[in-house]
Amino acid sequence: MNPGDRNDSLLLDRYAEVTGPEVIHHLQQLAAPLKGAKVVHVNSTREGGGVAEIMRKLIPLKRALGIDASWEVIRGGAAFYECTKGFHNGLQGIRRPMSQSLLDEYEKVNAANAEELRGRLEEADFVVIHDPQPAPLLSHCTGRRGRWLWRCHIDASHPYRPVWKYLRQWLTPYDASIFSIPQFAQLLPHPQYIVAPSIDPLSEKNCDLPEEELEAVRHRFGLDPELPMILQVSRYDRFKDPLGVVQAYRLASKLTPLQLVLAGGGASDDPEGEAVLDEVRQAVAGDPRVKVLLLPADAHHTINALQRIADIVLQKSIREGFGLTVAEAMWKAKPVIGGDTGGIRLQVFDHYTGFLVRTPEGAALRIRYLLHRRELLREMGQRARRFVGENYLITRHLREYLAMMLGLQSGTEGRMELGL
Amino acid sequence: MTESAVDNAEATPFTVRDCALISLATGLKAHNLREFSDILKRIPLESIEHHLWGRLLQPRFDEPEYNNDFASWAFHGLNDKILAERLSMVLPTDFDDQEALRQELVEVVEERLDECEMVPWAKKDNQFHFLRSQIVIFDSRLRFVQPVDIVPYLPHLSTGSIYYHFIDARNRTDERCDDFSAWLAGCGPEYQPLRERLCSVDPYFSSLQNIRQIVTDLFQAFFEEEAQ
Repeated sequence: MNPGDRNDSLLLDRYAEVTGPEVIHHLQQLAAPLKGAKVVHVNSTREGGGVAEIMRKLIPLKRALGIDASWEVIRGGAAFYECTKGFHNGLQGIRRPMSQSLLDEYEKVNAANAEELRGRLEEADFVVIHDPQPAPLLSHCTGRRGRWLWRCHIDASHPYRPVWKYLRQWLTPYDASIFSIPQFAQLLPHPQYIVAPSIDPLSEKNCDLPEEELEAVRHRFGLDPELPMILQVSRYDRFKDPLGVVQAYRLASKLTPLQLVLAGGGASDDPEGEAVLDEVRQAVAGDPRVKVLLLPADAHHTINALQRIADIVLQKSIREGFGLTVAEAMWKAKPVIGGDTGGIRLQVFDHYTGFLVRTPEGAALRIRYLLHRRELLREMGQRARRFVGENYLITRHLREYLAMMLGLQSGTEGRMELGL
Repeated sequence: MTESAVDNAEATPFTVRDCALISLATGLKAHNLREFSDILKRIPLESIEHHLWGRLLQPRFDEPEYNNDFASWAFHGLNDKILAERLSMVLPTDFDDQEALRQELVEVVEERLDECEMVPWAKKDNQFHFLRSQIVIFDSRLRFVQPVDIVPYLPHLSTGSIYYHFIDARNRTDERCDDFSAWLAGCGPEYQPLRERLCSVDPYFSSLQNIRQIVTDLFQAFFEEEAQ
């Protein structure tokens, strides 16, 4: 066995410790017909945001299963990211027209990136393009031989139609698209797979931490160990409603003393983050029980510790593709109070794994309810952890990718029997 | 997991198969009960199968109030408890073929439409999205000749294997039951009590992990009783 094989085997063994060996055995069998297949994933940022996080884990796991997986990142300037942020907002329903100059920049940046990536993309067996940023790459790869998939991580259930119409021209020629939940799927002339994202139980963000490390993080941020703590971890983005979280904290803390931590970083492809962060800082100015943290993209241990320290985790988004932070908190046995939207609904079940709310008042009510029902809070947390363990770990995600690739490879859309 | 040696050429070995399932959107969605009924009449049968059974291999909460997607939507999407209760009790195994099952589902929905003064509507983010599944089946290379041999392996079977042999089998086998009991039928009359217990398991309200545990417990209990 060469060192690479040994590392792959060790990686799979580590997952087997969490999921059980049968799950890994199942993946190995499913991956066998895809051994050696070249799979290239393309997105627009290597740091920050859920997509980059999933890539960092999915690629090594695919490689460990014998698939030749790689990850490419396209590069653009400020105008490109302003444009793609506009797409992001537009897909999530914000009605703001895009200027022709921004669209021209978008196309120009994709053409330039295609020059650099064409060789690797055209020879790949599968190319997975993540989100709208690199979508036009396909049109520049006329010599492509593999299957191309467009992976949408965004809540595109009610898009602003002019934005969707513009993007659709780039998406139509794909062989398939992938959406996180059925509600996000849009009319496209190819198969549309439904694959929910996942978390990695072995990552720095989700692995077990010793109590001393939690204590150190408490001390570092001046958190009061005697006060209940509520937490929201997310980018400073209006769709995550950080101001709504502050309002919920204010309402709840009138009757129940508590502290709030808002923790987030910026994604390099999100130009609006700073403005939202300023608004949040202004809203909480002078309240020593609220900590607004801007953390670097690699602060995974800190996020992990904060999620473990928290009594309740909030994800009060008003739009949410999936909400990886929800699954992360649930994996740490925390009940989640989440916005009643998008992929949060797949994870939070009212009264079982947390609560779905539509208003800051609703969030405040559930914060108070859980802090006064500690036994229930613990029970919900345990249920949440079990639910994520069975449904939202990266091994399930990978299983669905493998099944999808096998289906696309064979050209079969129904029942498929391998080597029987 | 290692392969069990096949040492009895006359017995039909139990071949453990595994499967993985992935959902696909059909592009069809119902905003109200009338649209739901119209789509139900023409949707491919595999979509109906997905919403009745395929959900077991999808992320879902393990304490469902209703046992199929149609009933869940009737309750959560339309706030119609009566329809949810009726749809919950349409059992796929009661029908000889899936077309007959479709007809029964349509009958239940049409009956409810007749009873309602106004067509029940869902909110815009609670429409029913019809899905279908792609299922990939493969051989796990495990073979068992004697029923007792399978017992230590049962707790380690993947949820895909459980789905294939315990759920998918209900559409494949003549008795509309699971593959384990179909296999036991050929292993001798002494296994009849175990077959009956397996056939009486209601898989509707359990996760695949729970079904695996139930099947394991039934096999273990049977052989412990035998030993005594």
